[in-house]
Amino acid sequence: MTNENLIQYIYGIADNSLILGQRISELCGHGPTLETDIAMTNIALDLLGQTRSYYQYVAELSAKDLTEDDVAFLRTEREYKNVLLVEQPNTDFAYVIVRQYFFDVFHFMLLKELENSKNVNFQAIAKKSLKEVSYHKRFSGDWLKRLGDGTEESKAKAQQAVNDLWVYTDELFQMTDNDILIAEAGYGVDTNPLKSAYYNEITALIKGSTLDIPETPYFQKGGKQGIHTEHMGFILSDMQYMQRTYPDMKW
Amino acid sequence: MSKKNWPLWEVFVRSKNGLEHRHFGSLHAPDADMALKNARDVYTRRSEGVSIWVVESKNIKASNPEDNGEMFEPAADKAYRHPTFYELPDDIEHM
Amino acid sequence: MNTREKMNENDEQIRSLEEIFEAKIARDEKIEPKDWMPEKYRKTHIRQISQHAHSEIVGMLPEGNWISRAPSLRRKVALLAKVQDEAGHGLYLYSACETLGISREELYDQLHSGKAKYSSIFNYPTLTWADIGAIGWLVDGAAIINQVPLCSTSFGPYARAMVRVCKEESFHQRQGYEIMMTLCNGTQEQKDMAQDALNRWWWPALMMLGPTDDESVHTAQSMKWKLKRKTNDELRQQFIDQTVPQADILGLKMPDKDLKYNNETGHYDFGEINWDEFWQVVKGHGMCNKERISARKNAWNNGEWVRDAAVAYAEKQADKEVKEAV
Repeated sequence: MTNENLIQYIYGIADNSLILGQRISELCGHGPTLETDIAMTNIALDLLGQTRSYYQYVAELSAKDLTEDDVAFLRTEREYKNVLLVEQPNTDFAYVIVRQYFFDVFHFMLLKELENSKNVNFQAIAKKSLKEVSYHKRFSGDWLKRLGDGTEESKAKAQQAVNDLWVYTDELFQMTDNDILIAEAGYGVDTNPLKSAYYNEITALIKGSTLDIPETPYFQKGGKQGIHTEHMGFILSDMQYMQRTYPDMKW
Repeated sequence: MSKKNWPLWEVFVRSKNGLEHRHFGSLHAPDADMALKNARDVYTRRSEGVSIWVVESKNIKASNPEDNGEMFEPAADKAYRHPTFYELPDDIEHM
Repeated sequence: MNTREKMNENDEQIRSLEEIFEAKIARDEKIEPKDWMPEKYRKTHIRQISQHAHSEIVGMLPEGNWISRAPSLRRKVALLAKVQDEAGHGLYLYSACETLGISREELYDQLHSGKAKYSSIFNYPTLTWADIGAIGWLVDGAAIINQVPLCSTSFGPYARAMVRVCKEESFHQRQGYEIMMTLCNGTQEQKDMAQDALNRWWWPALMMLGPTDDESVHTAQSMKWKLKRKTNDELRQQFIDQTVPQADILGLKMPDKDLKYNNETGHYDFGEINWDEFWQVVKGHGMCNKERISARKNAWNNGEWVRDAAVAYAEKQADKEVKEAV
């Protein structure tokens, strides 16, 4: 296991936090109420904080002279290893909440395992992040219940979001060859055993929200290999704008 | 226009154990559970608290300032409730 | 007693209540929401506090523009936290306003319909990253000068909200100045960016402190009620005096050829402010007036089904609890 293996593994986790954090930040100032706006921004801040811890570790591991910002802003699209779920757009509040909930449940399970990693950096980041993500999960789950079991309109919107985003859930558990390597070394997490618990949990909450579970045998994947949906390019051109336009400067 | 607006809640925060909950402000929330979450996000972003109470504003019964005379003034002339009312010799200690 | 005598008696009662009220404020006692207050006091406070709240939440937009493009992760989280604080400040202020018997929804209606005003400076566009620095440094700087005296204003809920706002705001200006300083210590391109932002924000920041004293309609009454402790011109002078040396440290040049330290007065003399531009923007013809209001309206209208859903859910839960109790 080389440092490069470890770095690639970190991208698989940290890029999710970065891209989802970026997505949620787009909403700051546009929430349905001030209270909700402030709450969502807190989630974005947590995720971006986690991202920084991971990327600082990448910078340490890297043979090149990197900073957290080089890692965040100066990779090409194929080098980002986030799952497709987190790059999906903020179509409406139902999409925002369902995307968040689908991710939070997985994220929590992943961190719970990562806390037992042989790698002390992973342990420390996981330990700190768990408290944050535990709150995220409760927040998004509570909101999903309210949207599902609220009005006819909210139910229809929540159902639509569940249907559309469901196809991105399977990818959360996809293990790349590198993931397997890191997991076998006792550093990373084998997510396969988590899958049934994940679906049990989200299925129970979706049903409890009076919504239906979509029936589809087809799922989307590719993010973990750097093959993204078309949304990703726009996220990056926005996010990387300053670093690309004015290279090698301090901000 | 929204049919129904979120009610107003009053937020009380204990800043650390040993201190009482203090009124911090108010916010809007659809129910108690959300009010508590919103209070956490709005009023404890800078580690201001370790415990939160929320109560729907309409459930607070407040005294009326117009009654302040009968409510509070009668207490003003009961100086004998305060230690300074009692005369003691100057050289006495520990009292 | 006939009707006229009764009316006179009422008037007299109100007059004496008013005298007691004004004396209370003069003694630096606070007015609390349930206390008797003249109608004009209530209306003036609703107007000023809500205008202040609207400025906070409209003010989120020009800066929010740059969250997704912030040049580093450190700057991104700082800006995000800052814009979030503004939402918080809006919330505190709306809450203070609500104690005067008006709902947040009514206040939003006034904003959305154009009936209520907000600080005109937020109708200027944020064009480069340096604008985020300039806003923090100059706009927050001017805001702080306006706001600190309000911590001891006469209306209790407003004063308390302002104490919280000022406490939280102290990082905002530093954040902005640090951005400017980093740019000024950077490449020529960055320095030019900083100078350009200063050129564009300096005059609007001066206008932000309000029309000149002879044009200002509310000053005398506001002074009495401690909604204002200094006149607009005094505040403006204070702002200029403290900001010019800060620009010097950055190595930036103020865009005012008449700006000069006056040894006799101990203050900076400065050039003519373009009040035509000020009134143009106040009257709704700034570059971004329409975008700002439509962004606020969209957020509110698109959120309607979300708010309704949460209320419907809460009602269903309450019904369930009642049924279970039976």
